Amino acid sequence: MNAGTEKLEAINEMPSKSNDNPMLWLYGVKKTFGSNNVLQGINLKLPKSKSLVVIGGSGSGKSVMLKCILGLITPDDGSIFVDGEETVGLSIKKRNQLMHKFGMLFQGGALFDSLKIWENVAFGLIQGQQMARADAYYVAIERLRAVGLGKKVADLYPSELSGGMQKRVSLARAIATDPEIIFFDEPTTGLDPIMADVINDLITETVRDMGATALTITHDMGSVRKVADEVAMIYKGQIIWQDDVQNLDNSGNEYVEQFINGSAEGPITDDARKDGLI
Amino acid sequence: MADTTSGQDDIENTKPSLLARVVTSPIDVCQAIGHTILSFFQMLGRLILFMVETIARGFAPPFYGRQIIRQVIDIGYYSLPVVGMTAVFTGMVLALQSYTGFTRFNAEGAIAGVVVLSITRELAPVLAGLMVAGRVGASIAAEIGTMRVTEQIDALTTLSVSPFKYLIAPRVFTGTIMLPVLVLIGDIIGVFGGYVVSVYTLGFSPNSYISQTWDILETMDVVSGLIKAAAFGFIVTIMGCYHGFNSARGAQGVGAATTNAVVSASILILISNYFLTQIFFS
Ligand SMILES: Nc1ncnc2c1ncn2[C@@H]1O[C@H](COP(=O)(O)OP(=O)(O)OP(=O)(O)O)[C@@H](O)[C@H]1O
Ligand SMILES: [Mg+2]
Repeated sequence: MNAGTEKLEAINEMPSKSNDNPMLWLYGVKKTFGSNNVLQGINLKLPKSKSLVVIGGSGSGKSVMLKCILGLITPDDGSIFVDGEETVGLSIKKRNQLMHKFGMLFQGGALFDSLKIWENVAFGLIQGQQMARADAYYVAIERLRAVGLGKKVADLYPSELSGGMQKRVSLARAIATDPEIIFFDEPTTGLDPIMADVINDLITETVRDMGATALTITHDMGSVRKVADEVAMIYKGQIIWQDDVQNLDNSGNEYVEQFINGSAEGPITDDARKDGLI
Repeated sequence: MADTTSGQDDIENTKPSLLARVVTSPIDVCQAIGHTILSFFQMLGRLILFMVETIARGFAPPFYGRQIIRQVIDIGYYSLPVVGMTAVFTGMVLALQSYTGFTRFNAEGAIAGVVVLSITRELAPVLAGLMVAGRVGASIAAEIGTMRVTEQIDALTTLSVSPFKYLIAPRVFTGTIMLPVLVLIGDIIGVFGGYVVSVYTLGFSPNSYISQTWDILETMDVVSGLIKAAAFGFIVTIMGCYHGFNSARGAQGVGAATTNAVVSASILILISNYFLTQIFFS
């Protein structure tokens, strides 16, 4: 039995109060849309101040998993522990407090198009933390610079920016409030290779310097190797593999191997053929 | 499948009617009716919960002043031309129509009264409500629907801001306050329209037209119209928000939300207008 499988078994054990809690712990999370069983029992553990990258095919439910953690979608079954606290079925008030711990970069950016760029970045500070607008403005400018955007864009509206620039603004907004746990849903898609590397560095720095815990979803293997402490692969609604990033290349899991090598033939394609999907 | 229905196929083969495909047995009919009724009550329940949540959360701080100001401009100020045009032409046509009718009874003196009562009690609130449903209800549903579809509402929630407080309550609050203001202005403009036609086209004396207007008008006529307007403002904005908030995914979802918002608001305005009138003047 290789190390990856052992780790997966440790993750699959029932959550208990005794051992020191991981920052995030999903246990048996299920979600179905109509007849589409998207999540079929997700088990995932994310230690404090670590960076976990989740990989998996398009449509495998990665974004849905993030939305379950954030409480935007209520799972049909299972538990989600944040810092040892069960968060499924939390009251609106407690959920609101919990949200202060989170930062989220949405896959589509999700910038508020009626607000200026700097107001977008400062939104969590002004509305969530009641910071004065003038102070929040300077923080926003600072954050924008960190993602490679100058002062010039601050007064523009999201529709005036390119897709990649919007993505970076969205990233700046996600980290503006210094959250404890940050979720990045495909942070580097749509960026040029240089800017992608800047963003990878930024994520790494955020985890290292702010001590934040990060969960990143990406298809970009360069990004995986750069930002991940641990890697997990989601397949058919379950986590089929999770281990340290060093073991990614000798995972011993043929699904992971096919995915990271990006080969057209392999067990994933075979399964899809069997299911009549291709 | 082909075997069991082959007999039926032979009959239907030449002309497969839509009805035959939808309704195949009495049980299906019952199921269809039952399903419609159930989904209606499901929607009604969701709508009521939505209203309760809007009111409950809207009255608790924090309040978003900037959002309210934006809505006052959007809903109130920018609706002025539409409501004004509607009112002035309604008043003018009322004067013309009642003149053709009343000359047959030699009752031209009643025109001023007919114009002012029709405008204040019925036409200004209902027509303004319908116009605002088309203008404001549609744009609210489209804006909030787009925010839903592009995950902006999810983003609000993750930034610890309640979409009910930030998006919905300001719109509903402003709509409920601003529509009476619009209707009051519409009342004045509408009566003025009737005055212009009566004096300049029909040859009434200005002074007697104005005094006839004042003589017949009672406070309750105007107040009841304004209360109706407040109800209609609530209906238009809450339906816009509700349909936008629950918009299905994609551009089609937003389109459907917009249509549903306008249609449901318009019908609810006409229905509630009847019941409000009954309450006021029974
Ligand atoms: N709100 C929803 N209603 C219905 N189905 C949904 C909803 N959200 C997601 N789905 C479905 O769930 C499945 C997983 O979607 P998800 O967005 O999580 O994929 P993903 O793994 O993030 O893919 P990608 O890498 O392309 O972003 C898809 O089949 C999608 O159609
Ligand atoms: Mg996704």
